[in-house]
Amino acid sequence: MTEFIIRRLLSAIPTLLILIVFSFLLMHSAPGGPFSSDRPLPPEVLANIEAKYHLDDPLALQIWNYVWGVVTQFDFGPSFQYKDRTVNEIIAQGFPVTLTYGSIAFVVAVVFGCALGITAALNQNSWLDYFAVGISIGAQVLPNFVMAPILVLIFTLWLGWLPGGGWNGGQWPYLIMPVIALSTSFMASIARIMRSSLLEVMHSNFIRTARAKGLPARAILFRHALKPAMLPVISYLGPTFVIMITGSVVIDLYFTTGGIGQAFVNSALNRDYSVMMGITILIGCLTILFNLVVDILYAWIDPKIKL
Amino acid sequence: MTSNRALALSSVLSMALLASPSIADVHPITNEELADEQVFIYRVGDEFASIDPQLAEDVQGGEFIRDLFEGLMNQDADGNLVPGVATHFEASADNTVYTFQLRDNAKWSDGKPVTAHDFEYSWKRLADPNTASPYSWFAKEMGLKNVKAVMAGDMDPSELGVKALDDHTLEVRLENSMGHFPLMTTSEPTFPSPKWAIDAHGSDWTKPGNIVSNGAYVLTEHVPQEKSVRERNPLYWNDQNTILERVEALVISDDNGALTRYLAGELDRTEVPTGQYNALSKKHPDDAVSFPRLCAYYYFINMTENTHPALLDPRVREALYLAIDREVITNAILQGGEFPAYTFTPEATANFVGPDTPARSMTQAERDARATALLAEAGYTGEEIELDLLYNTSEAHKKIAIIVSQMWKQKLGVGTVLQNMEWKTFLEARSNQEFDIGRAGWCGPYNLASSFLDLMSSTHAYNDAGYANPEVDALLEKAKTSPDPSASFTRIEEILATDFPIIPIYHYAGVYMMNDDLRNWPVGNVEQKWYSRELYFAAD
Repeated sequence: MTEFIIRRLLSAIPTLLILIVFSFLLMHSAPGGPFSSDRPLPPEVLANIEAKYHLDDPLALQIWNYVWGVVTQFDFGPSFQYKDRTVNEIIAQGFPVTLTYGSIAFVVAVVFGCALGITAALNQNSWLDYFAVGISIGAQVLPNFVMAPILVLIFTLWLGWLPGGGWNGGQWPYLIMPVIALSTSFMASIARIMRSSLLEVMHSNFIRTARAKGLPARAILFRHALKPAMLPVISYLGPTFVIMITGSVVIDLYFTTGGIGQAFVNSALNRDYSVMMGITILIGCLTILFNLVVDILYAWIDPKIKL
Repeated sequence: MTSNRALALSSVLSMALLASPSIADVHPITNEELADEQVFIYRVGDEFASIDPQLAEDVQGGEFIRDLFEGLMNQDADGNLVPGVATHFEASADNTVYTFQLRDNAKWSDGKPVTAHDFEYSWKRLADPNTASPYSWFAKEMGLKNVKAVMAGDMDPSELGVKALDDHTLEVRLENSMGHFPLMTTSEPTFPSPKWAIDAHGSDWTKPGNIVSNGAYVLTEHVPQEKSVRERNPLYWNDQNTILERVEALVISDDNGALTRYLAGELDRTEVPTGQYNALSKKHPDDAVSFPRLCAYYYFINMTENTHPALLDPRVREALYLAIDREVITNAILQGGEFPAYTFTPEATANFVGPDTPARSMTQAERDARATALLAEAGYTGEEIELDLLYNTSEAHKKIAIIVSQMWKQKLGVGTVLQNMEWKTFLEARSNQEFDIGRAGWCGPYNLASSFLDLMSSTHAYNDAGYANPEVDALLEKAKTSPDPSASFTRIEEILATDFPIIPIYHYAGVYMMNDDLRNWPVGNVEQKWYSRELYFAAD
C-alpha cells in the first residue's frame, strides 16, 4: 500500500510537468496577450512592460524559469492583471472560499444524492421511486446558472430572507444559496448512479443467497449491498470533489463570492498567464491527489482490488 | 489669466461659505436635512486592476483613485476646473510653461504635508520606463518637455519638464503650446504618489494598511473580487465638508444580478441592463436616471488592402452609413436614452459644433433612397457585396450587429457575415485587419473634441482601419496649439462625412438605478468624474 502511494506520487511529477508545458504552450498560442488592450500601447511602452515580466524571453526559457521558480521557491509569479498581487495571494484568497462552499455542497450532494438513490432503488417502480427520480431529473435539468437567479428571486427579492450575494467571511446566510445552487445537479447525478448501481447489486446472486438465508433487509442493505454499490459512486465522487472545491464560475459570478472559479475564467479572458498557470497546476495536483484517494478507497471497499 | 483669477476667487468664496460651522444633521450649503447613515454602496462590474495612480488604467480604478488621492485640479459637477491640491495656476503667454501654486494645508493620510515634490516624483514615475506603466502614454499626451526621450530610455527621468521650485510651487514645461493642459491634471495618472510608502512596500504599497494617500478617503478593506471599502480621511484638508462616511464598491459582474440586488436594497447604485430602462423608469421613476456620456459607439471600415474592394469606394461607405436607422437602435434596442449619432464626436462635448451635413436633416426614407442611389452609382448591386462584421462578445453588440446587417440586407441587398470573438482575440483580429467592418466604442479621456478626433489621425495607435487623410492630420496638428480649435474640429467632422472611414451609430448615455436619497450625483459631468466627498444622503 505505502509503496503504491509512493509510486503514484512519483508518477505525478512527470504528469504535472507535461501539464505545465502543455498549458504554457496552449496559453501562449491564444491570440492576444496580457497587455493587449483597447487602446494599443505604444511599442516602446509595450517593450518596457514585456521586459519587466520577462515576456520577451524565448518561450523555452520562460517555461524553464517558471518551473524553476515554482520548484525552488514555490513562487508562481506576479499577476499580470492585478498589479499589487501575486498568484500565491490570489489563490490564498480565493481557494479557501471555494473550498468552504464546495466542501459543504459536496457533503450535501452526497448525503441527499445517496439517500434519494437508495430510496428509489429499494422501492423500485413504486411512487417513492418515481418521486425520487422525478426530483433528481428536475435537479439535473436545472443548471446552476438557472438555479442561481431563481434562488435569488425567491429568497432575496420576494422573501427578503437572504442576501443576494457576497461572502463576508463565509457567514451562513451568505453560504446557503451558493451551496444549494452548486449541489443540486451533482446530487441528481449521484442519486441516479446510486440507484442504478444498487439495483444491479440487489439483483445479483449473492444478495439472493443472503435473502434465502433469511437475513433481514436492513442487514442485507448495509452489510452486503451498499459497499459494492458504492464503487461507481466513489469513482464519480473523486473528480467531482475537485470540480466542486475549485469552484464554479457561475456560483462565483452570480453570488460574487470571490472564489477561485471566477479568478480562473478571468485569468483566461485577460490572458493573465501566471494566474492561469497557477490555478491549472492547483487543479492538476488536486485531481491527481483525489484520484489516488479514490483508488485507495476502492481497495478498502473491494478486497478483490489489489493495489 | 482672468479665468484663473476667477477660479481662485470662486474657491475662496466657496471655502468661506463652507467654513461656517456645520450643524450635525444639515447639509452645510443647502441646509437640507441629512440621513443618519451616510454609507454609499455601489456596484462595479469588474475588480480594479490597480489603484496605483500611475499604473491604473481602468474606469473602476479611476473612481477609487479620485477618492483616495487628489490631483492639482478637480472637476465640478459640470466638468469645470476647480482647485484641488493646487489653489491656482499661471500660464506663460504661449501656454508652454505652467506654474501651479499648491495649498499649504494639504496632508497625506500619515500626516506628512503634500508638496510639489510629490507631484514631481509621480510625474517622473509615470514616464520612467522602469515603472513600465501601461498608462505612460498619458505623459506623452500631456506633452511634457523631453517626455519622448525619457520614455524611450534615452534620457534620465530627471530631465522631464516638471520641477518643484519649492514645497508649494510646481513648474511644468511643455514641448508645445497647449491651452487645455490644466484639464489634464484632473486625470488620475497625474495624481501624487507617496515615494516613502512605495520605497518601503514596493508593489504592495496600495494594500490597506500600507497605502498612504492624500484624498478625502482612505482604503480600509479590500477583498479581491468581492468588495473594497474606503472610509473618510480625517486628515484631508477639506474633511469638514465631506459628508459620506463610508463608500463600498461591490464587484458584481452580471448586470441582471446587480439589478436584482439593487432592487433588494443591497446597493445604492447600479447600471441598468440594456433594454430595461423604459420598464424600470415606469416602475421606479425616482431611481432610474439617464444622462449623456462622452462616448461613441461606431463601426469602422477597413480601408487597407485586406478589405473588401467595394469598401474602397466612398460612395459604398456612405451608403452603408445612410442605411442604418439609428432611431430603431436607440429607441427599440437600447432604450436607455442614448442618442443617434451622425458625427463621431458627441454633441455633449464642450465647445463642439457639429457640421450641418445633409444626412442629419434627412428623414430615414430619404437616407435610404440616397443610399440605394449611391450604391448603384458606384456600380454595385448589393448582392455582389458580402462583408465580415467583427464584434466582441456581448449581448448588446450582437443585437446591434444583427439589426444593422438586417438593414443593409433589406435596403441595399448587402450581405454580412457576423463574426463574434472573445475580447483579446477580437483585438488581435482587429490589429491584423482581419475584418471588413469592425465594432468599436470610445470614451473621450477629456472633454474636448480632440479626444475623439485624434483617433482619425493616420498615426494614431487606435487607427486599425488604415484611414489616412493629410488634411485631417494637418487640422489635428493645428488644433493642438490653436487657442480656439473648435472650427478645426467641425471641419474634420465635415471631412469624415465625405470620407466615411467610420459609421457612428449612437452616443452613450449613463443609465443608472440610483437611490433617490443620494444627492449631488454629477449627471452634468459628461466624463463622469465623480467624487464621493461631494455626495450625500438626504433624510427621507
